[in-house]
This record gives sequence, structure tokens and C-alpha cells, in this order.
Amino acid sequence: MIRKDKSENMRHSNLIEICDLNSHYASRQVLFDIRFGIPHRQITVIMGMSGCGKTTLLRHLIGLKRTSPGEILVEGQDLGGFDEDGMQAYRRRIGVLFQSGALFNSMTVEENIAVPLKVHTRLSHETIQIMALIKLNFLGLAEFGGFMPSQLSGGMRKRAALARALAMDPEILFVDEPSSGLDPITAAGLDLLLLELRDTLGMTIIVVTHELESAFRISDLLVVMDRGRILAVGSPDEIQKSEDVRVKQFLRREADTVEADTADYLSRLMGKGIVRSEQ
Amino acid sequence: MTHLVQSLGAFALSQLAYLGRLGLFFVFVIRGIIRPPTKFMAVVKQIHFIGTKSFFVIGFTAAFTGMVLGLQGYYTLAKFGSEGLLGSGVALSLIRELGPVLSALMVTGRAGSAMCAEIGIMRIDDQIDALECMAIDPFAYLITPKLLASLICLPLLTAFCDVVGIYGGYVIGVDLLGVSPGAYLDGVEHSVVWKDVTMGIVKSLCFAVIMIWICTYKGFYAGIDAGSFGPEEVSQATTDAVVLSSVSILAGDYVVTSILL
Repeated sequence: MIRKDKSENMRHSNLIEICDLNSHYASRQVLFDIRFGIPHRQITVIMGMSGCGKTTLLRHLIGLKRTSPGEILVEGQDLGGFDEDGMQAYRRRIGVLFQSGALFNSMTVEENIAVPLKVHTRLSHETIQIMALIKLNFLGLAEFGGFMPSQLSGGMRKRAALARALAMDPEILFVDEPSSGLDPITAAGLDLLLLELRDTLGMTIIVVTHELESAFRISDLLVVMDRGRILAVGSPDEIQKSEDVRVKQFLRREADTVEADTADYLSRLMGKGIVRSEQ
Repeated sequence: MTHLVQSLGAFALSQLAYLGRLGLFFVFVIRGIIRPPTKFMAVVKQIHFIGTKSFFVIGFTAAFTGMVLGLQGYYTLAKFGSEGLLGSGVALSLIRELGPVLSALMVTGRAGSAMCAEIGIMRIDDQIDALECMAIDPFAYLITPKLLASLICLPLLTAFCDVVGIYGGYVIGVDLLGVSPGAYLDGVEHSVVWKDVTMGIVKSLCFAVIMIWICTYKGFYAGIDAGSFGPEEVSQATTDAVVLSSVSILAGDYVVTSILL
């Protein structure tokens, strides 16, 4: 694994350190000894095939899934050891853009953005409106504040959800599959927004995606996952040069061949030959 | 044999976990009363949804129930020459039993199912997770206003149901079947005591808690037992919520009656 030997040196420069994290759904293990660091003020992209455990890892990082062996250290403090107040304090430092957007359907876009401001600040209604408008303006949605989420396109919904995630000016932004369901131009626009957030506000951004173009366009650090394990951690250049077979396969977008057991089973079932995996 | 014991053990553990979740859920909702965010506007919004929008449904239900009670009561009492007691019969039936129960069942069917579906959709669309990630207590933000609004609305709807039902009985008994209006109203006035009214209020408060507890719980944890979160789980949760709430309201009615009588 690339950079494995450097992990100790990185320990102090990283905002978040994931140490031997394992995760289970019931009796099924989905993450195996995950270990890497997330640096300050950079964009870390966690990529891998669908079902490789990226979103589960993200859920651990935002504190939605807590019971697993291993540690997630945020500035040296174990996320799993946070009490309720500690977790609330951590969550006030983060913003999360969910894959679905997760906008509240019964509220307008502006009201959605105002939710965290209303709950966590004592600002007047007018000030909250202005702040929501600033966020909408930043994301190019100034005219759509009064719209309901269902009246927006997929890309606009994502941007509105991003505006809500940015409402409290978070220090860390987590983004789950920003490009999913979007056309390439809209997806590229969203990528540019993330780069702008890093460059202008110095935000630490963690993106989970399986879109290669997007990952290489925005990342400072790439983490490649496969079947619940880390395959490689490194800069985009380092990942491009990786000699790992699975990383190469992922970068070349090659499909998995049918495994021997499955092929035999299908052959018997269908009574004819079927493609076999490379031995 | 071992398999049977294992299955029983697994079932017992899952039921224990279910009851534990149910209990903790209620504790978190109650805790939400004193925790931020402030809920005044959210409660007002829920009062409109639970109370105002149930007004006509309860009115119709109460009117026809009162009319049926008037009709049935009149012919039963007529056999003993006691038509004059019709007012007492209708009023006591409604104030003690039918008013709180019917109001609760109608609100469960109209608002409880909607609340369950709304929260269930929020669950499958990550909206509840989004609230948590914004450091907002989802119990205090989503459920507590509904509980407070129900505690305000249900006694008022019950009182409205009682009044409309008694008037429905009056229309049938007095206007249609010829019972003396004085006898009807006198029966209402002299047979109903304050204890009957408080029993109705206590019942409606208990039913409000039961309805909100079950309906919102089912929505909040839609699909958690199945381990999958999709539209099917929300529809199943909504059905379960209405059935379980209705049965619990009827069972709760017996318990409260036996305690208060």
C-alpha cells in the first residue's frame, strides 16, 4: 500500500486519523482494518466500487454509526468516546451533503437552509434570511429560495443541499456521491464548487465517490477501497502509478470476470460453457 | 429441541430490544420538551394539522354516532317507558366512552397515519440523519411538537365530539321521535357529573400519548427490523402504526376506565 510507511509521520498533521476501523452490519463485516489520515484543508476522496464500504465509512466519520472496533481520532480525540455533548460539538463543526440531498420536502429551499441557523443561533429572522440568501447566491440559486425541493432539478437539489450543509460555515465538509445522477457538466460544476470551498475558505473536505473523473479532478489525497479494505492511499499521481492489480482494474474500468465457482455453477445450470476468470 | 430454544431466545431478545427502543424513544421525546429548539411555532403548526384539520371528520363522526345512540336508545328505553332518560344515556355514553375513543381513533386514522408516513419517508430519505448531522435532536425537533399539539388538541376535539354527539341525539330523540326537549336536556344536566368529564379528559390525554408514541415510533424506526429502508417499509410501518394504535387505544380505554371508575 502506498504511503503506509508514512502514516506515523502524518499522524500529527492530519485532522482526522482512522485507526484499524472495522465495521459490521449484524454479523456481516463490511469494513476491515481501515487505516489512513485525513489532512487539514485538503480534499480527500474516498473512492471504490459500489458496495465497497465507502458510505459506511462516511457514516462512521460523521458519527452516525458508532459501535465498531477501531478508532476515529479527530484532532487526537476518539470520536467513539464522545459523550452526547461532545458529539453535538463535533457535529457543529461539520457539514454533510447526503447522496439524496436529504432536503426537507415540506420546506422551501430557503427554509431548509435556515433550519440549522434557527436552531443553533439567536439571530433575527431577517438576518437568517440574509444568511440563507448569501449561501444560495454562492451556489447560484438566489432565485430559487422560495421553491420547494420537488420543484428543483437533481443538480439544483444537490446545490441546495450543499447550501444547507454550508449554512453554519463548517470546518469539515463531508460529501456523499456528489456526482451521482447528474450530467457531466453539472457534476463538473459541483466539483469546481468544492475546489472553491477548499481554496477560499480553507475547508477540509471528504468526498465519497465512484466517479473517476471527479475524484482525480478534485482530490489532494485519494483513498481507494475494495470489498471493505483500503487498497491504496496517495496523491492522484501516486494512485495513477499504482501497481496494485485491483487499483489498475478500477482505473481501467474493467469488469470483474466471473469467478470459477460461479462459472461452474452457471455452466451446469445452463448446460453450456461460460467465461471463466483468469487463473 | 436446541433449535426451538434458540428460536425462542432470539425472539425474546428481539422483543426485549423492541421494548427497550420503544421506552427510550418515549424518554427522548419527553426530554425534548425542555431541550432546544423552541417549539412554539412547530406546536402551532401541528395543532393546525392534528386539531383544525380533524375538526370536520370528528364533527361528522360525532353527529352520526349521537344520532344512532338517540335512535337505538329511544327504542330500547321505550320498552320500559323511560324515554325521558334518553338524554342521560346519550350524554354519559359519549362523555365517558365514545367521545374520547372515537376522537382518538379518528385522529389516529387521519393524522397518526400521516405522521408515521411523513417520518418514515424522512427516515428512508436520510432526512433524520441530516438532522442529526446538523446537531439537531430529531426527537425534540420532530416528535415533541407533535406530542404537545396532540395533548392540546385531543381533549378539545373530544369535548367538541361530546357536544356534537349530544346534539345529534337531541335531533333524533326530540325533533324526530318526540321526546320532550326539557326531559332530554334535564337528563343531560343532572346525570353528567364533573367526574365523568374529567374521565373523558384523562382518557383523551392518555390516548394522545398512545397515538403519538406508537405512530411516530413506527415511522422513526421504519424498516429497522427488516434491515432495509424503502417505500415498502414505510407503508408497512403506517399500517402497523394505525392498527397498533387503535388496538392500544381500546385496550387503554379499558385500563383507564377500570382505574377511574
